[in-house]
Amino acid sequence: MPASPAPAPVTEIKNTTCYMCACRCGIRVHLRDGQVRFIDGNPNHPLNKGVICAKGSSGIMKQYSPARLTQPLRRKPGADRGVGEFEPISWEEAFTILTERLAKIRATDPKKFALFTGRDQMQALTGLFARQFGTPNYAAHGGLCSVNMAAGMIYTIGGSFWEFGGPDLDRSKLFVMIGTAEDHHSNPLKIAISKFKRDGGRFISINPVRSGYSAIADEWVPIRPGTDGALLLAFIHEIIALGLYDREFLVRYSNAGQLVNVAADCDEFGMFLRTEVPEEEACYDPQNKLWWDRATNKPVVTHTQGTDPFLRGEFKLKDGTPVKPAFQLLQERVKNYTPEWAEGVTGIPAATIRRLAREMGVTARDQKIELPIAWTDSWGVEHDTVTGNPVSFHAMRGLAAHSNGFQTIRALAILMSLLGTIDRPGGFRHKVPFPRPIPPCARTPNTPLAIKPNHPLDGLALGWPSDPDDLFVDEQGKPVRIDKGFSWEYPLSVHGLMQNVITNAWRGDPYTIDTLLIFMSNMAWNSTMNAVEVRKMLNDKNEDGEYKIPFLVVCDAFQSEMTAFADLILPDTTYLERHDVMSMLDRPISEFDGPMDAVRIPVVPPLGDCKPFQEVLIEIGARLKLPVFVNKDGTRKYRDYPDFIVNYETEPGSGIGFLSGWRGKGGEKFMRGEPNPSQWEMYAKNDCVFHYELPKSYQYMRNWNQGYLEWSQRNRITRYAEPILIHIYSEVLQKFRSAAEGKGLTRKPPEHLKKRVATYFDPLPFYYETLEAQATDKHKYPLCAVTQRPMAMYHSWDSQNAWLRQIHAHNYLYVNTQTARVAGIDDGDWIWVESQWGKVKCMAKHSEAVEPGTVWTWNAIGKAAGSWNLTPDANESQKGFLLNHLISEELPASVDQAGLGMLSNSDPITGQAAWYDVRVRIYKVGAGETAQTAPQFDVVKPYPGQSERKSVWNYFAGKNK
Amino acid sequence: MHPAFSVIFLTTLIGVGQGLFLALFTAQTYALFDLLPQQDSHAFYAHGSILALLFLIGGLIASFFHLGRPERAWRSATQWRTSWLSREVIVLPAFMGMVFLYGLAHFFECKPVLATLPSGIAIDLTVVIGTIAWLLAFALYVCTGMIYACLRFLREWYSSLTVINYILLGGASGFTLATVFAAVAAPELVRFFAGWAIIITLLGLVSRVASLIRNARLKPKSTLQTAIGIKHPKIVQKTQGFMGGSFNTREFFHGRSAAFLRSIKWIFLLTAFVVPVLLLATGLSGVAATELLLLAFVVQYLGLMAERWFFFAQANHPQNLYYQAIG
Amino acid sequence: MTQLALVIDLNVCVGCHACVTSCKEWNTSGAAGPMVDQNPYGKDPTGTFFNRVQTFEVGEFPNTETVHFPKSCLHCEDPPCVPVCPTGASYKRKEDGIVLVDYDKCIGCKYCSWACPYGMREFDEAQKVMKKCTLCVDRLYDPQMTEEERRPACVRACPTSARLYGDIHDPESAVSHAIREAGGYQLMPEWGASPANHYLPRRKTTLRLRHDEIERADNPLKVDGLLPKPGKSEPSLDDVTTW
Repeated sequence: MPASPAPAPVTEIKNTTCYMCACRCGIRVHLRDGQVRFIDGNPNHPLNKGVICAKGSSGIMKQYSPARLTQPLRRKPGADRGVGEFEPISWEEAFTILTERLAKIRATDPKKFALFTGRDQMQALTGLFARQFGTPNYAAHGGLCSVNMAAGMIYTIGGSFWEFGGPDLDRSKLFVMIGTAEDHHSNPLKIAISKFKRDGGRFISINPVRSGYSAIADEWVPIRPGTDGALLLAFIHEIIALGLYDREFLVRYSNAGQLVNVAADCDEFGMFLRTEVPEEEACYDPQNKLWWDRATNKPVVTHTQGTDPFLRGEFKLKDGTPVKPAFQLLQERVKNYTPEWAEGVTGIPAATIRRLAREMGVTARDQKIELPIAWTDSWGVEHDTVTGNPVSFHAMRGLAAHSNGFQTIRALAILMSLLGTIDRPGGFRHKVPFPRPIPPCARTPNTPLAIKPNHPLDGLALGWPSDPDDLFVDEQGKPVRIDKGFSWEYPLSVHGLMQNVITNAWRGDPYTIDTLLIFMSNMAWNSTMNAVEVRKMLNDKNEDGEYKIPFLVVCDAFQSEMTAFADLILPDTTYLERHDVMSMLDRPISEFDGPMDAVRIPVVPPLGDCKPFQEVLIEIGARLKLPVFVNKDGTRKYRDYPDFIVNYETEPGSGIGFLSGWRGKGGEKFMRGEPNPSQWEMYAKNDCVFHYELPKSYQYMRNWNQGYLEWSQRNRITRYAEPILIHIYSEVLQKFRSAAEGKGLTRKPPEHLKKRVATYFDPLPFYYETLEAQATDKHKYPLCAVTQRPMAMYHSWDSQNAWLRQIHAHNYLYVNTQTARVAGIDDGDWIWVESQWGKVKCMAKHSEAVEPGTVWTWNAIGKAAGSWNLTPDANESQKGFLLNHLISEELPASVDQAGLGMLSNSDPITGQAAWYDVRVRIYKVGAGETAQTAPQFDVVKPYPGQSERKSVWNYFAGKNK
Repeated sequence: MHPAFSVIFLTTLIGVGQGLFLALFTAQTYALFDLLPQQDSHAFYAHGSILALLFLIGGLIASFFHLGRPERAWRSATQWRTSWLSREVIVLPAFMGMVFLYGLAHFFECKPVLATLPSGIAIDLTVVIGTIAWLLAFALYVCTGMIYACLRFLREWYSSLTVINYILLGGASGFTLATVFAAVAAPELVRFFAGWAIIITLLGLVSRVASLIRNARLKPKSTLQTAIGIKHPKIVQKTQGFMGGSFNTREFFHGRSAAFLRSIKWIFLLTAFVVPVLLLATGLSGVAATELLLLAFVVQYLGLMAERWFFFAQANHPQNLYYQAIG
Repeated sequence: MTQLALVIDLNVCVGCHACVTSCKEWNTSGAAGPMVDQNPYGKDPTGTFFNRVQTFEVGEFPNTETVHFPKSCLHCEDPPCVPVCPTGASYKRKEDGIVLVDYDKCIGCKYCSWACPYGMREFDEAQKVMKKCTLCVDRLYDPQMTEEERRPACVRACPTSARLYGDIHDPESAVSHAIREAGGYQLMPEWGASPANHYLPRRKTTLRLRHDEIERADNPLKVDGLLPKPGKSEPSLDDVTTW
């Protein structure tokens, strides 16, 4: 008998969803004898259609990284925070410590507990937990990411880029990308751009740097950082001056024709004129505004059949009130924003600005698309076709991460609207659950009374204020949230201000807290501004020896710089080891043609003792007896996270849960339906994704598409089915300005913030220099410093990835060749980069692909020595550097008035962290200075339970056990 | 190219071994025609062959250090139809075998006369073996030289001067060693070998300088423009795609400055050619101290190592166009 | 005769490195693996990769092009690396033109790498043999894979489909069409190695604007320029002059 051959390796393929970035592609994980052999894109997945990026392909190295945390850790008694001295404890101990502490806080003052999370994709659950706990101090990372993008567009068109909408490149002819990091919506955007270019589309990139997507643009338009608003306003100027706007679209689908009260001394100044019309029940935005009809030369209710409004001019109502159409005000606003003016601000030649504006206008007008799709608008008018003006835009943090970003993005949304491209073929298109009313209906409480011991928060921790009465402030107008979100300082901070939590808590302004729980965010390093000082704050003690932030809990799968400061570390799993949902309640992965959500299903067992954060929340929730997580008798309600996902409903019997697919007892329903015990299995069988394709007639013009809006209402995606008119003129902003000017019946800002609110809450977009630039001697610090995110790295996550770090082991500061030569800096020289807040030593690299007034580097490549379980001499800490050290998280509240204290270095409207406002100077290091990046920090040692760092690794799946 | 010491030792050591054998056999041939005095088979030819073999074995050992998988070295003899390296792998042991037989025959004075020339000169076994080995020695020089000279895009090497240099420089070092050897074993041959050593060294100098001049005038055939296929006068690499180095950066770059290269050039011109010639000249006078001759050989050998280092370093591989920057 | 090859479209490559790591991922646990990584968590990490993406800047500011340039074995039709191999480990397959290394025959002399003008070979420092892009030959004919999967890992991964794959000897193949119609070219043609892989150049789309396209009959300014007529009772000269 022949000897039996070695058993063939057991191979299997499991579907799940990627999490190497926030893109959430469908992946297939190939296992060999239980080890990950290959991860490829799932060809059946609507999002990525089988492709996968560099990060997704490197998931193996993340799974088996020595930076993995494998057991709960407690800071050793006596060890300082930040040095990384830990001892392992059991989960039971960890839960006991946490539960005891949190129970005490909840019973006394729930706001002393703060929960802030990184780009976690589980905000629906973390938000629910925080609300149930009763603390207002909850937010995800939006404030330090792109809240300006979300807020600027949602307050204008009821939708935004990325998860909630995007450019319809499939039908577009001209694509303008402005200020886009290369990673956002990365694979779908790459697929689309490539197809767009192959179909002969014209691609213009406006960016200080030509990298990534910009590289393949047909035209690169270099621009000075923070001046995009000036450019966009000049485009608007040209479009209006030449008559290249889509009048019909504006009249019907925006508030351009609505009459605004322009009686300066009137309390109603700046508000739309309204008339008495029979109000529908539970109406959000009554259709009671006025047009001035061209035929009858009289005011009429908007959209009255047979009327057509003046867009220009000034009129007087019968009572003598002077009124102007919103469009007239816009035209007046942009009158002086000429291309010549913009040239001086942006550095882009006026002729280029003119030409680009014309290209947009003429393409939108002359290459119209007519799709034979019949639909009915909100006013009952039936249309035989859907029209598209094939000019599309995409923008992200390059616009958002400036202190003037909100108004810039308002300008962009208005430009897109003038061109008639909103939710139309070839233009911008929404993704379910957007569009939403402007602003969306969610509100925070507006009083500290909403916080009650042992009670859930009476309202949401995050919301969308529509007027000053929605602000979350106390009677003196002081902030209720630790990050001062929804206060008069940052009224529309719809994603919170995570970037100021540590500083505020350390200073005790507005108050001190007890426990800060950070999930998956590197707040001691690349996710914080002013990292040097923030690290000190985390370690700072009161005179009584107690830490200023008494208890720090960090949950992460990896040893980040932040974990070193934790008192308690909760080891999370990787994405391959857990259940997860990309929920409709959160940020789903919907497509233009309909809602889509997805799940992760574990493909390998968790490493060591690590535990998904969701399980931790449900466990603590049950132990704390938070109402949602327990039965009436106080017993635990959900076995585990998968059980929670299946059975949780937003309200008993609501039929709305985290997942929208395969609902109902047998999985026969979607969007709404009873819990389905087999929901996970059905997702598993269907590539882990649920996608519903809307009828064609519901796929376009959704702001005003009766069919769609009613579908959306029936499926409880929205409460209202009213048309969502584009806010060319923002009455919401005007309400805040009026309050600051002492008008109206709403709450008024404190004295010292009146000027600020009145200045920035302009109902029409305007350009102002960024706050930091206003507070900087620009002769001393002449250069703008920005970061770009490399496509092969996601934030700080991937320096522990053996493959990806070979691509980006350290970073350089890229300097325009001429700029560098003038400064006497050669290619590769060590230099100091200095802002008024700090300085960093790094290496310079010449580049012809950067605007001369800008220097830039890849984001988050630099690391603190020893962190992420890299060796202390690793490139990341010795040659790599972090630009964050140059950026302050706060600015003096007033440039000209001392003593007003500090305000967040962020957008005065939304609290968006102004990462890209910093001004620097560069100079060569002195003779004898070491060739090592500065600042340096104490080396962090590996933690208990981390696997050994291999010095040679021959990875071969199934042989390395 | 990155000069690998295994290859530097291989080529210089076997060059000496081949040259020494050529010197020995030249002396025997001269003696055959009575142009030089007969030497003792045992003390001179056998010991000389052993010395030559020692250098050849040293070279062979060095070559194994160049291989990733030396245990499979036997496979490298299979592709002689196309590969000069394979041919070298065949010729080197064949030559060593013949030198061994040559020495063995001399050692045991096993010199049966196999033929007699019309002039009455007897062709014995050692002459026959020596002639075959003599041919193999040249074949080996050609193989070694052609390994480099056949690579058409390594333009510094792609020249008949490469082969000529391998012959002349190896020959020169062998004859210099023969001079030293003669000073010990056959003092009456010192002038003969010293004379030839000087002549070959000077010829080597001429051909090496010729190749330096040729290489200095080379214009690169490949440019960044042809490397990536973009026609623009100004192209600069920003990143080669990785930062911690790779085979491409380790194997094809010498990692030294141009000034370092220049100084090595002058060093080898002096030490491989000028200094040995001056020292050998003392041998011509017939009163030379063995130590000076030994010094001549040592200096020349070290000079040839420098020459070989420079030979590799100077070769600019077109792949280097793709590996100019990290970022 | 078949010659499988990649055609790389520089017009759409955004330099994301997806091809780099998907290649590593497939091959390290495949027929070419393991592919070593040295100092994976230390100073100057380095490893065996068959595929790289490089970046070049062409021209001077502001007329700069940033070119991302993927680089892997070109599977030359007349591969200079093959005849120099002393052991026959390096060979070109007759059936599909793929240039491969038989790792069991390779002695690691690196001579083939010297003979490749493109620097497309990678010596594996752990296994001590020469390696290179296999065009994922262990995928192409795997009967357990679907046809969609029987392509190189890099081609499947590429989000911009900048990597086309096929038989360049078949004039009707997609790659042959692309080479013909989009100006496909070979690298370093001066060496006559006739690389099978081709590259497609950048191509620009421009828009020509004509002046009369601005002034059109339906320009909305013709409507919005018309302001309301003054009321008949508003003051006019008729009120004060008689002529």
